[in-house]
Amino acid sequence: MAETFQFELVSPERLLMSEPVAEAVVPGDEGYFTVLKGHAPFMSTLKPGVVDVKREESGQAERIFVRGGFADVSVSGLTILAEEAIPLAEVDPEALAADVRNAEEDVADAKDADTKAAAELHLHQLREVQSAIQNGR
Amino acid sequence: MASLKELRNRIASVKATQKITRAMQMVAASKLRRAQAAAEAARPYSERMATVLGNLAGSVAGRDDAPKLLAGTGSDQRHLLLVATAERGLCGAFNTSIARLARERAEELIRDGKEVQILCVGKKGHDILKREFAAHIIDLIDLRAVKRVGFADADTIGKRVLTLFDEETFDVCTIFYAEFKSVISQVPTARQLVPAEVPTGDDVPELDTGDAIYEYEPDEDAILADLLPRNVSVQVFRALLENAASEMGAKMTAMDNATRNAGEMIDGLTLTYNRTRQAMITKELIEIISGAEAL
Repeated sequence: MAETFQFELVSPERLLMSEPVAEAVVPGDEGYFTVLKGHAPFMSTLKPGVVDVKREESGQAERIFVRGGFADVSVSGLTILAEEAIPLAEVDPEALAADVRNAEEDVADAKDADTKAAAELHLHQLREVQSAIQNGR
Repeated sequence: MASLKELRNRIASVKATQKITRAMQMVAASKLRRAQAAAEAARPYSERMATVLGNLAGSVAGRDDAPKLLAGTGSDQRHLLLVATAERGLCGAFNTSIARLARERAEELIRDGKEVQILCVGKKGHDILKREFAAHIIDLIDLRAVKRVGFADADTIGKRVLTLFDEETFDVCTIFYAEFKSVISQVPTARQLVPAEVPTGDDVPELDTGDAIYEYEPDEDAILADLLPRNVSVQVFRALLENAASEMGAKMTAMDNATRNAGEMIDGLTLTYNRTRQAMITKELIEIISGAEAL
């Protein structure tokens, strides 16, 4: 049995989760990272993606789609402040597809290189989530 | 003196009014519970946000390249007042007191020679303010279609404020709303949104870092740049939720008073009705008796 740490998932509308977990994989802006007990204090912004939370080391991971926000790892545990957080099973594929279409339009409409790069990145992240959902079901 | 029929009609109509106000009070009570729960559920997010922001802000404070949302534009000439009120009336002095606070501030600023712009959220505040400040009001954001305030609504308003800021149309932004203290007390409050009011010094809740050094990814500046615009939306969201709870609290109290007043009125009218009826019976009796005596 692995040691657990306090995990909190907060959206502006409510506190979604607050319990001890063994492991959490977080989609940081510069890449996914895994948090275990005793992680060094660390703060990162999030990209749209999936948080995998394991209550026990060998247990089934709980998958939650988050969008925007940041993760804060402190001595006391991990806090994720997400602008939007939905359990992956409840994500509406059509709404996500609409987001992807919007992102595609953004890429097409981008006027300069910077906005285009940002829009492409966003599109790529959304597609990643889409494929994660398709594989997960 | 009013006839018996007129009195009966009055009593019936006051009773109908009382039924309506009582129903409204009960609706407000149940909506209040929900609004209060929503406001409480949103608290952890804004608290964490404030903690993180406070810590980050400390590290960039005083630097020349600090973000404008935090440090300000270096001037306080142009003000944007964001006045959040309810969409509906019948909630006592709720809308009036928020509007009064905003009006006093606006008058003061205008006296000092500052430029004032007003952005209204909610129809009622707009109705009150447009009489005096029609030229200053830039827009009215209507939330009538919204049943429960979601973060998306607040985000839209936040983005609007940020766009105005990016276009450099104002230097300081203040939001007006009523803070929910209890069912009988809602305090009209003004809170500065831009530049961000960050708790400093001893007010900063201690971030539990142990002895370790925090690492940031990407760097502190990038996180701060991401966080500050989000903070505006979160503050707006918080204000809207507080407002929703306050409105329902005020409405509940107002409707409770109205129900009680209607009750008093019914008592008074019933007394008059009974007296009048008795007087008429007595009069008829006297007429009969004096008629019989005359024979």
